[in-house]
Amino acid sequence: MKVTIDAARCQGHGRCFNLAPDVFGFDELGNGVVLVASPPDDRAERLARLAQVNCPEHAIDIEE
Amino acid sequence: MENPPVTDFATDWDHTDPAWVHDPYPIWDDLRQRCPVAHTDRYGGAWFPATHAGVSAVAQDTEHFTSRTVVLGNGRPLEDAPPAPIGVAPPITSDPPFHTIARRLILPAFAPGPVRALEPRVRELCRRLLDDLGDATEFDAATQYAQFIPPGVIVRMLGFPEADEDVFRDFIHVVLEGVNHPVEERIEEFAPIEAYITAQIEDHRAHPRDDLTSYLLGVEVGGQPLAPEHVFGTIILVLIAGIDTTWSAIGSALWHLASHPDDLARLREDPDLMPIAVEEFLRFYAPVTMARLVKRDVEFLGCPMREDDWVLLGFPAANRDPEVFPDADRFVIDRLENRHLAFGLGIHRCAGSNLARMEMRVALEEFLARFPRVELVDPEAVTWSQGQVRGPRRLPVRVVPA
Ligand code: HEM
Repeated sequence: MKVTIDAARCQGHGRCFNLAPDVFGFDELGNGVVLVASPPDDRAERLARLAQVNCPEHAIDIEE
Repeated sequence: MENPPVTDFATDWDHTDPAWVHDPYPIWDDLRQRCPVAHTDRYGGAWFPATHAGVSAVAQDTEHFTSRTVVLGNGRPLEDAPPAPIGVAPPITSDPPFHTIARRLILPAFAPGPVRALEPRVRELCRRLLDDLGDATEFDAATQYAQFIPPGVIVRMLGFPEADEDVFRDFIHVVLEGVNHPVEERIEEFAPIEAYITAQIEDHRAHPRDDLTSYLLGVEVGGQPLAPEHVFGTIILVLIAGIDTTWSAIGSALWHLASHPDDLARLREDPDLMPIAVEEFLRFYAPVTMARLVKRDVEFLGCPMREDDWVLLGFPAANRDPEVFPDADRFVIDRLENRHLAFGLGIHRCAGSNLARMEMRVALEEFLARFPRVELVDPEAVTWSQGQVRGPRRLPVRVVPA
C-alpha cells in the first residue's frame, strides 16, 4: 500500500491524523502529512483506509 | 419582528420560520426530493441547496460566491463595508487572495499541538462547573454547564479577564439571533462590545503578553503589522465563531444522551468510542449554517442566480443526505464512515475544529464521569435557538440514581 495526501486539497480537517495517528501527522498549520507511506501491518492499513473514506476534501490517495 | 408564515419551503423558505427552527429535518428531506435547490424572495432573494453535492459545490467555489458576509440578513453590506456588526471579520469574511494570508496567520494557534496543551485547563474548567452544581438533582445542562465551557477557553486564549466570560455569551446571542433586526439596531446592539474589545486591545498593546491578542498585535505580514481593523475583526471572529457554535454542539450532544438511554449506556460502557461518537454528534446535530453572496449573475446548480442573491450553506442539511450517508436520519453512535460537513468544506474549513472537538470530547467525558445517568425533565421544556447556529437553549435534565 502507498498513501499520499494531495496538499492542494487538504484543508486541515484533521480526520486522518485522529483516526490513524501511526500513518498521518500534521504540520504547523494543522494540515495533514503522511508519516508512513507504506503502513507496516493490517491494522495500520485498515486505519489508513478509514481515514481516506472520512476525509471531507477527498485529499487522501491510496495505491494498493 | 416576526416574518409572515411560510407558504411553501421550496419557493418561499425562511430559516427563522417556527417550523424550521423547531424541526428542520423533515423540511430538508422534502426539499431534497422536490428541488433540490429551494428559493425565496425573502431577504432580497436567497437560495438553499439541500443536498451534500449542492452545498459542497457552493462551498468550494470562491469564484462565483463571496464570503463578504456569512450571516444572512435583510441588508447587503457594501463591498468596502466598515467593521459594522461582524462585517469585517477576517478570515471568515474574506475572499482570496487576502483570505489565504489572514487564515495562515491564525492556523498555528489552533493546530493540534496548542490545542492538546489546552486540554488540562478545559478539563479543570468542566470539573469546576460540575462542582458548582453541588447536589442538585435537576439542573439546566445548557445554561448551567455547556454554555460556560467555550467562553472560558476563548477568553483564556485571548488573554481577557476571566471574570468577563458572561459578557461574551450575552453579546453573541445578540449578534446571531437578531438576524431580523434592522441594521441600525444591530449597530447599536454592537456598541458596548466594540468598546470592551477596543479597551482590551489597548491594554495588550501597552502590556504585551503570551496570548492570541498579543500575537495578533505583534505579527507582521510583508514587514507590516496588521491593520487595527484586522486585529479587531479576528478577535470578534474567534469570539463569535468559537462560543455559540461549540456551546450548541455540546448542548445537542447532551440533549441526545439525556433522551437516548441506549447511547448513553454505550458511551458509559465503552469510553473509547467517544471520538467516533463526537463525529456522529457533529454530523447529526451540525450546529452551523453559513451564507454566501452571489458575486455576479450565474447559472449554478441549474438555478438562475443573480448578483447579490444569498445562498444559505446548509451544512446540517448536507449531513442528512441519504446519497452520502446510509440511514442518514438515524443517529449511529459508532458510524465509522462519516464524511460530514459540520466544519464546512474548502478554504474556510473551521479553523477552530481541533479545539471544538477537544472541547466536546472533554465536556462529555467529564459530564458522564459525574452523571452516568441523566434524563430530560420534560421534553417539551427544551427550547432551540433560531438563526444560523442551532442548539438547545433550555435543557432541564434530571440525575437518575444508578
Ligand atoms: C462545534 C463547534 C464549531 C462548529 C460546528 C464550527 C463550524 C464552522 C464552519 C461550518 C465554518 C466555515 C465557515 C464558512 O464556510 O463560511 C467555520 C469557520 C471558522 N471557525 Fe468554526 N466552528 C466551531 C467552533 C469553532 C471554534 C471553537 C473556533 C475558534 C475559537 C472556531 C473558529 C472558526 C474560524 C476562525 C473560522 C473561519 C475560517 C476561515 O474563514 O478560514 N470555530 N466554523
